[in-house]
Amino acid sequence: MTNSIPGSWGTRSAALLIFAFLLLFLVIPVSKVIFVAFQDPHSGSFTLINFVDFFNTQLFRESFLNSLYVASMSVILASIFAIPLAYFTTRFNFGGAVIIQTLGVIPLIMPPFVGAVAMQLLFGDNGSINLLLDEHFGFTIPFMQGLNGVILVESIHYFPFILINLSAALDNIDRAMEESAQNLGSYGVRLFRRIVFPLAMPGYIAGAALVFLKVFDDLGTPLLLNVNNMLAPQAYLRISSIGISDPMGYVISVILVLFSLVALWTSMLALKGRDYSTVQKGGGGLMKRDLRPWEKLGSYFVIFLILFLVLSPHIGLVLLSFGTIWSFSVLPDAYTVAHYAEVFSNDSSVRYITNTLLYAGLAAFIDVIIGTAIAYLVFRTGIKGRKVLDYMATAALAVPGVVLGIGFLRTFHEFQVPLIDKPLASWWVIIVIALAIRRLPYALRACMAALQQVSIALEEAAQNVGATRFRTVHKVVIPLMAGGILAGFITSFATAAVELSATIMLTSTEADAPLAYGIYIFMQSAAGRGPGAALGIIAVIIVGLGTYLSHKVIEHYKHAHATASNEGGQP
Amino acid sequence: MTITASDIQSVSVDIEDLHLSFGDTKVLEGVNLSIPAGEFFAFLGPSGSGKSTLLRAIAGFGPRPRGSIRIGGVDIVDLPPWRRDVGMVFQSYALWPHMTVEKNVAFGLVERKLDRREIKQRVGEALELVGLTELANRRPNQLSGGQQQRVALARTVVIRPKVLLLDEPLSNLDANLRVQMRRDILNLQQQLKLTTIFVTHDQEEANTTSSRMAVLDKGVIQQVGTPVELYDTPANRFVAEFLGHANIIDGVLHKTEKGFEFIGDNGLHSSLDRTSGNETGRGMLIFRPQNAHFGTKPPEETELYSGVVEYQEFLGSSRRFAVNINGKHVLIETPHTSGDPNFCIGEQVSFYLDRENVFFLNA
Repeated sequence: MTNSIPGSWGTRSAALLIFAFLLLFLVIPVSKVIFVAFQDPHSGSFTLINFVDFFNTQLFRESFLNSLYVASMSVILASIFAIPLAYFTTRFNFGGAVIIQTLGVIPLIMPPFVGAVAMQLLFGDNGSINLLLDEHFGFTIPFMQGLNGVILVESIHYFPFILINLSAALDNIDRAMEESAQNLGSYGVRLFRRIVFPLAMPGYIAGAALVFLKVFDDLGTPLLLNVNNMLAPQAYLRISSIGISDPMGYVISVILVLFSLVALWTSMLALKGRDYSTVQKGGGGLMKRDLRPWEKLGSYFVIFLILFLVLSPHIGLVLLSFGTIWSFSVLPDAYTVAHYAEVFSNDSSVRYITNTLLYAGLAAFIDVIIGTAIAYLVFRTGIKGRKVLDYMATAALAVPGVVLGIGFLRTFHEFQVPLIDKPLASWWVIIVIALAIRRLPYALRACMAALQQVSIALEEAAQNVGATRFRTVHKVVIPLMAGGILAGFITSFATAAVELSATIMLTSTEADAPLAYGIYIFMQSAAGRGPGAALGIIAVIIVGLGTYLSHKVIEHYKHAHATASNEGGQP
Repeated sequence: MTITASDIQSVSVDIEDLHLSFGDTKVLEGVNLSIPAGEFFAFLGPSGSGKSTLLRAIAGFGPRPRGSIRIGGVDIVDLPPWRRDVGMVFQSYALWPHMTVEKNVAFGLVERKLDRREIKQRVGEALELVGLTELANRRPNQLSGGQQQRVALARTVVIRPKVLLLDEPLSNLDANLRVQMRRDILNLQQQLKLTTIFVTHDQEEANTTSSRMAVLDKGVIQQVGTPVELYDTPANRFVAEFLGHANIIDGVLHKTEKGFEFIGDNGLHSSLDRTSGNETGRGMLIFRPQNAHFGTKPPEETELYSGVVEYQEFLGSSRRFAVNINGKHVLIETPHTSGDPNFCIGEQVSFYLDRENVFFLNA
C-alpha cells in the first residue's frame, strides 16, 4: 500500500524537476521530430506531402521494405538459434546446461556493430568459412552479402532476448501440463508443437517483439556493413549529408517510432498473459528427462553449431585485434600486439576511452538518481501524476537512438549555451543527456525492483521511533536499495558505453567522440581495422565486466536482503 | 448413448518388488501390490511417503523403477507414458489454457488419430458423463474448480484407459465441494467398472471411497486391507497413529493361566483375551480413545484405572479427555450429549478399557 501523504515540498519539487527534464529532453525533441514530419517545409503548414514523397521515392520504398524484411528474417533466424537452446536446457538433464545458458547471453555484451566487421572476415565472400568451403567443396555461401549480413549479425546478437524470455516461460510451465499430454498419448515433436510451445508463446512473443524492435531501429550494424538502403541508415545519411531541414529524416523517424511502439505494445501484451500456465498448487517441480546417447549426440551437435555461430563475432574480433594482415586467408598471417599499443599510444583513441568513461558514467549517474526518485514517488507517495513520470521515462524505450539524435539536433541547434558560446546540440553534454534518456527505462526498472524489495514496514518502524520522512529515506530506504541501484548504474553504464546510434549523430568534433564513434571511424578504413578491433575488445571488456558486476551485485544483494523483503513491501 | 462399463475392459494391476530412487535417495522400497480388475484402491500416506511417486511410476513419470508393474498381465515398466493407456488425473488438473474444454477432452483421441466423427461423438459422451455439455466451448480459466476437475476426469476417461489414476484429486477443492466430488468420482468409477487408484493423504477420503487401501510410509507399504481392517487391526504403530487417534502404551506381555497379561511401562496393567500372533515379550498395547470408558464399575475381569484429567477438547460429536496416568497421557473420547458429566482439569477420574477392542502388537 502506498503511504498516501500528498507529498511534501521536497518531494513535489523533485517530481517537478524530473518532469521538466523529461519534457525538455524527451517529449519536446520527439514531438518536434513528429511535428516536422507533418509540416510543409516551405509554408510550415500541416501536410501529408512528406509521407507521399517518401512512398513515391523508389529508394525509400526499398529501404522501408528492406528494414521490414531484415527485422522479420532476424526474428526467424534468432528463433532458430534460441528455440532449441531454450528447449534442451529447460527440459533435459544436460551436462553444461548452465554454461549454455550463460554462453547464450554473451552476444549481448558485444554491440552488434563491433562484431560486424569481424563477421565479414569470417563469413564474407572472401572470409575464412567461404575460403574453406571453396577449397574443399567448390562452392561458397553468401552469408554476408547485402541484407544477409545484417540479418546474420543482428540475429546472432539479439537471439538472447528470445532465449531468455522463452527459457523463463518454459521453466514456468506447470510440468503436469506436459505430463498430462504424455499420459494421453502425445510425445516428441507433436507434444512440443501442440502443448509446450503454445504455453510458452507469451514469452516467445515478448522476446521476438523485442528482437524485431531492436533490429528495425538499429543504425550501427547496417552502417558498418555498408548497407545503406534501410530506414535507420537513410535517416542518418539524409540528416548528415543534406542537413537537418530535410524532411525525409523526420518521416523515417515517425515510421521508426510507430513500429517500435507496436512492437513494444505487442511484447507487453504478451507478457501480461504470461501467468496463465505457471506452476499451480500441486504442480510438478522441475522434472528433467535424461537423454538417450544418440539424442545427446544430436543435441550437442546442434548446440555447438549454434554456439560457434554465436561466438564467431568474438572470435573474429579477437583474431582481428591481434592479427597483422588478414585478407583472403582463413586466419591472419601473423599475430601482434601492435594494435593495442597503437590504441594506447594514440591520443585520440585514448580520448575515446576517457570520453566514454566520462559520458557513460555521468549518464548512468543521472539515470539512477532519476530512477530512484521516480521509484520512490510512485511507490511511496500519493503525489498526483506520479505515474506520468513512470510512463514518460518508460516511453523512451520506443524512441530509437536515431530519432532522439535527430530530435536533439533539431531542437537544440539554435540554443546557445551561456558562457561557452556553443549551440547545446554540439556540446558534449548533449551526448551524456541522450545516453541518459536512452538508458533511463532500464535503470528505472532496476530501481523500482529494488524499492519493491524493501518492506514498507521497515520504513514505518523508522518513522515510529521518530525518524522524519527525509531521514527515513536517507537512513533506511536508500541503504536497502543500494544493491539494486548499483546494479542499475552498472547496466546503464555498460550499455551506454557502446551506444552508437544517438552518439554518431551528436558527436560534433572528434575530440568529443566516445568509443563507439571511434570504433566506427577506425573500421571505415582497412588499415584502421586492427586498432578498431582492439578498441572493440576494450568495449567488450567494459560491457562484459559491467554485466558480470551487476549480476554479482544483484546476487549478493538477494542474499543479504532476503530478510528485508516480504509481502508487505508491495504497493 | 453414453459410455458404459462395456466400453472399458477392466484389468488388474500387479506390482512386484518395485524399487525407485531419486539419485541416492530411496523413495520406494520393495513395493508389492495386487489390485484386482475393477477395484477402487487408495494409496494413503503422509507427504513424502512415496504414494505419489508410486502412482507416477505406474503412469510412467519419474525415474525408471526396478521391479515390475503389470497392467492386465503386461509389464509396462519399459513403456513410455504415451504408450501405457493409463489415464491420470493430475492434482492441479493440468488443463491446457490455450484450448477449449472440448479441445482438451478431444486431445487424447486426436493423438490416437481417430476419425473426426468418432472423436466428436466420444467427446460429447464424456462431457455428458460429467455434466459439462454446455461448457464445451469455454476455456479452462472460465471454469470453477469443481468444473475443472470434471473436465480433467472427462479428458482422461474419454480415452477409455485401462486404469484410472487420481492424484489427490480433491485437494484443490473447498470442503463442501470435496464431499460432493467424492461421491461423483465414486459413482463414475462404479458406472465404468474402471480399476481406479486414488492417492490421498486424507484418511477420511480413503475410507469413504476405496474398497481397499495401502498405507505407505517412507517408501514402504505398511499395510494393505479394507478401511475397517486397517482401523481395527493396524499392523504397526505408524498405521495405528496415522488412521485416527490411538493410545499406544509400551510394555511387556506375559502369559498367564487365563490368557495374557500386559504390564505397561507406565504401570498400566491389563489382562487380554486376544493378541495378534500371541507372542509374549515386549510390545505395545493399542486402543482407540472411544474404547476407554469413564466409570468405577468395570465389567468382570477388567482392570480399573485412575488418573488425573490434564486437559479436555470439545469436538462437537464427542469430548476428548487426556488423562495422566503415571506421567503418560491416555486419550479417552466420550460421545457428546447434553447433560454429559464433565470433568475439571486436575480432577481424579477412574476409567476402564473395552476388552474386545484392545490388542497387543509385538515390537
